[in-house]
Amino acid sequence: MNARPNPVAQPVSVWRHRFVIAVLLCGAIVVLGRAFQLQVFERDFLLREGNKRSIRTVTIPAHRGAILDRRGEPLALSAPVETIWVVPSALLESPAHVTALAQLLGRKPSEFERFLKARIDRKFVYVSEPLSPAEAKRVLALRAPGVFSEPSYARYYPAGEVAAQLVGYTGRDGHGLEGIEKAQETVLAGRAGERRVIRDRTGRIVEDGLEFREAQPGEDVTLTIDLRIQYLAYRELKNAVIQHEARGGVIIVADSTTGEVLAIASQPGFNPNNPGERNSKGTRNRAIVDSFEPGSTVKPLLVAQALELGIFQPSSLIDTGAGTYKVGALTVRDVHPQGVVDLAKLLSKSSNVGAAKIGLTLGAEAVWSGYQRFGLGEPIYTGFPGEVAPRLRHFTEWGQIATATASYGYGFSVNALHLLRAYAALANDGLMPQIRLVRGTRPLPPQRAVSAATAREVRRMLEQVVTPEGTARRAAISGYRVAGKTGTVRKVSENGGYDGSRHQSLFIGMVPAERPRLVGLVMIDEPGTEAYYGGLVAAPVFSTVMQGAARLLQISPDGTDAPELTPVLPRTVAFPAGTHATMEPRT
Amino acid sequence: MLLVLALAVLVSAFAVVRTKHENRALVAELETLRVERERLEMEWAQLQLEEATLAHNNRIDKIAREQLGMTEPRDYVIVSAQP
Repeated sequence: MNARPNPVAQPVSVWRHRFVIAVLLCGAIVVLGRAFQLQVFERDFLLREGNKRSIRTVTIPAHRGAILDRRGEPLALSAPVETIWVVPSALLESPAHVTALAQLLGRKPSEFERFLKARIDRKFVYVSEPLSPAEAKRVLALRAPGVFSEPSYARYYPAGEVAAQLVGYTGRDGHGLEGIEKAQETVLAGRAGERRVIRDRTGRIVEDGLEFREAQPGEDVTLTIDLRIQYLAYRELKNAVIQHEARGGVIIVADSTTGEVLAIASQPGFNPNNPGERNSKGTRNRAIVDSFEPGSTVKPLLVAQALELGIFQPSSLIDTGAGTYKVGALTVRDVHPQGVVDLAKLLSKSSNVGAAKIGLTLGAEAVWSGYQRFGLGEPIYTGFPGEVAPRLRHFTEWGQIATATASYGYGFSVNALHLLRAYAALANDGLMPQIRLVRGTRPLPPQRAVSAATAREVRRMLEQVVTPEGTARRAAISGYRVAGKTGTVRKVSENGGYDGSRHQSLFIGMVPAERPRLVGLVMIDEPGTEAYYGGLVAAPVFSTVMQGAARLLQISPDGTDAPELTPVLPRTVAFPAGTHATMEPRT
Repeated sequence: MLLVLALAVLVSAFAVVRTKHENRALVAELETLRVERERLEMEWAQLQLEEATLAHNNRIDKIAREQLGMTEPRDYVIVSAQP
């Protein structure tokens, strides 16, 4: 065993040495260069791409606020729904499931199959209306191929048609289109939040709080209406409209001291839960967006102005003669001639001649300013979309005839809330409250329309209307004293004149008469059957509804106790009788 | 000295791992709770809706009149008691 001699290491030639180093250096440069390129030049792009695969932006949905009545009963609520959608080609591969699904959705299997075949190229076809989560779960439990559900929110109106025109409705996208839903959109809507999170491969969120914008859920809106009274009012109005074959009607009940509307309904109605019924006829809130000539219902306002100016006294007598009175080319007529009457009888018999004579004695300016005091020339500012502005021309445009007709309520137009507000002033001892539909806002202080003494005097006269001798015996409520006024307004016909066969029957009143807590208005549009007088058509509805409302609100017969109503606001200084007249009586 | 520092580094390294893990677990829990809250809110809306539908005045009116034979008297009505 002799070891081979270790060969003497030949020195490696220098070029080889350098060559290897150069190759390695090149490699290093390439690697570093690439790293430099990725880190510096493409960093943003790559980071973005990486985040795209792991960071997700999750929207936090903001719920739309509910609409509630004054007692917290829901009038509009958002609730989850699921809409079933299918991939037709996948579903058609399993005919048994097609049949089962068709049955669950309430469609004919053969028709459903044709429906799917017609859309076989599409990848996304809705096959149901929005369903409740329970129903959707049943559909998904079939485990049919290519059937999915899409969750979303839908707006429900538990009160249905009862409060439909007031509450309004939202569109499919969830934005308010009508009524309070539209008026209070900014409060109800809320703002969706957003957060960025890192998800792992299975979709779980592993890191949170990268960026965060909190969702602002919509706030609830509380209305002033009381659903119990609203229901009662709507039911009675609907019955009356059907019974008299009328074209429509309006009913409003309000708290006379605070001006809060407790019920406001109109006919024809619609069911807001059924989008198919949303036509312009039913969705009109006729109490707010329609105006009409007030007719005889303004006579108490005229009398109040006459008393306030001191030109007439409660005991003043007016000769209405044989029931006709010529003013220029116009002949004012009474239905029944009344002879010589005092102011109370003028109102209880609703004499047009008497009203025209008072109006002409006061003069155009005083009549006009009297109506202005009661806000007939001023918007209501309810904030309700489409509120109609009153049309009361300036007295300088009035002639003798216009003054006479204005005295008994023709030649200008107002909406139902104007009349209600004016009567609330009479009910509230001359202080006219702001009419409100939404609770929680600070009410404006009431305006003084007339002195307390005048308001009480007119109220005393209006009690005569609701007696067997007056025009509205049927407005009486047993146990309560009622004050009110009827109106039977002829409607303007298409050819310009007044139509003798188309009327609006009105009744406005307050309960209890000595210290009113509630004021109510009933208007029946074009009662078709024989009776059309306000005292026969509108007054019975008033009586039933106000009786129910007084009972529900526990209003004592003398009006001193009403635990369910908001306590009376501290009043601004009441002016002593007579000192508040803004105009000096004309001599 | 060096040993102590090395140990401290090691301990703090483990602590970081542990905190990270706990963080992720808590985030996951938060997420499930959020989902739960969402579900409960939905259920609440549903129940409110259901209650409102069942307590709808129209329905009560109908049941009272038709099934229970009740009426709404306008005034005091004297009903003679059955013997």
